[in-house]
Amino acid sequence: MPGIDTALYSIGGLGELASLDTSIHRLDARAKLITTVLFIVTVVSFDKYAVSALLPLILFPVATTALGNIPVGAIIRKVLIVSPFAVMIGIFNPFFDRQILMHIVGLPVSGGVVSLTSILLRFALTVSAALILIAVTGFEAVCLALERLKVPRAFVVQLLLLYRYLFVLLEEGLSIRRAYALRSGHARGVDMRVYGSLLGQLLLRTLSRAQRIHQAMLCRGFDGRIRLARSFSFAAKDAVFVLAWGLFFLLVRLYNLPVFMGAMVEGLL
Amino acid sequence: MSHHIVEVKDLVYRYPDATPALDGVTFRITHGEAVGIVGANGAGKSTLLMHLTGCLFARSGSVRIGDHALTRRNLKQARGRIGMIFQDPDDQLFMPTVYDDVAFGPLNQGVPAEEIEAIVERALETVGALHLKGRPPYKLSGGEKRRVAIATVLAMSPDILIMDEPSTGLDPRARRQLIALLKTFEHTKIIATHDLDLVLDLCERTIILHQGKVAADGKTLEIFADEKLLLENNLEKPLRMQGVQNDANATLSRKSAASGSLAGE
Repeated sequence: MPGIDTALYSIGGLGELASLDTSIHRLDARAKLITTVLFIVTVVSFDKYAVSALLPLILFPVATTALGNIPVGAIIRKVLIVSPFAVMIGIFNPFFDRQILMHIVGLPVSGGVVSLTSILLRFALTVSAALILIAVTGFEAVCLALERLKVPRAFVVQLLLLYRYLFVLLEEGLSIRRAYALRSGHARGVDMRVYGSLLGQLLLRTLSRAQRIHQAMLCRGFDGRIRLARSFSFAAKDAVFVLAWGLFFLLVRLYNLPVFMGAMVEGLL
Repeated sequence: MSHHIVEVKDLVYRYPDATPALDGVTFRITHGEAVGIVGANGAGKSTLLMHLTGCLFARSGSVRIGDHALTRRNLKQARGRIGMIFQDPDDQLFMPTVYDDVAFGPLNQGVPAEEIEAIVERALETVGALHLKGRPPYKLSGGEKRRVAIATVLAMSPDILIMDEPSTGLDPRARRQLIALLKTFEHTKIIATHDLDLVLDLCERTIILHQGKVAADGKTLEIFADEKLLLENNLEKPLRMQGVQNDANATLSRKSAASGSLAGE
């Protein structure tokens, strides 16, 4: 159990990195958000066998991590926590797609293996980019940027409250789980029959908390709109950041840079 | 200055499942008074507070805040005058950072953005929590959360402070600091609590609720000296008024009772 506890709590640690002060942190949240979205769109737009063409894109997460002074280990650990989902998506590809696409040092490589590699690579790129965005911007600033970019307010409010109460909910869930573990003898895991009532209990607690929060909000004049006192300024350097990376992504998307460069080197020889 | 007055008249409320919660509660609290509302579990304290903040509306009877009866229509103005501090600060601190949370109320009141920072900093300074400004609320300790929760309310410059169990979950030192802080406020204060020692420190007047009715309303010292009255309402004298001699006796008699029952078995 401590494993789960610490893993879940470490989600919060990411937001704390946002208080660092580096050239990346000082950029406008909208610039970073737009660039990250462009990056993710670029990554997923490649065809399913793309591997080498994706490689230059690693530059983006690497550069932002380095400039933003983000500990690489923290990002990698979190990517690994969610990796089972990506593995599940691609795990059967090697069995279904057995067509040989290429040979690497004499070994035949099937299309399935290539597409699995591509899926894993894309997964690592997109998830780490999103995590880095949170680490160099902060969750609430990302939400604010969303609001400024005209994302519906209800959605932004949901995200803000979700992030705020994630930890409270986890704590309640864990305390229910602990109370169960202490009285269930040496049973492993949670008995299926009890599971329903545990979850029900959690739901009821959540509902009554939601009600109390809503009352607290009403008492302080909430009228359906969350106002935040923050000033944003989109300066020239922000525009340069978005444009430069955007251009780079476009270049990578249009030309297979590793192949292109290989050909150039061969041509020179 | 009549707008600091809280007047409750014949307040009756039943929960939707027909459980009676308040049964004809009447009292009047005037400007600058500090009143403790005490009573056993289920006496109706929380329900009463919900009526004072307009989270619930009476079946019959009325609540007046200042010159106006509290109705759904003037709720917004009334809530500007009342600062409610909830029992669980986690319910009250719902914004991503302390700063945003304290700014939430004033922003809703329409305070211009350029004045917000000064208001937030003043409120946080009053409760001694200015250094927590940029922190997310879930990372704070219980005492810090309580301070920030009070700041969120102070930032709205209310006339009346209403508190639900302000000392729960605080360690003795944090509790002591809270009492010292609350003593410095000149607002009208209404404090619902089980912590009778806190009432003794802060409130010159006490109202005892019992089964939805006002069982007693008067000077704190007189009420707490009346052991029979306290016993009838499932309350006990504040520890400080119990005295050493008394305390020792109680411990002794409890011990002998325990050993007696053991011997009996």
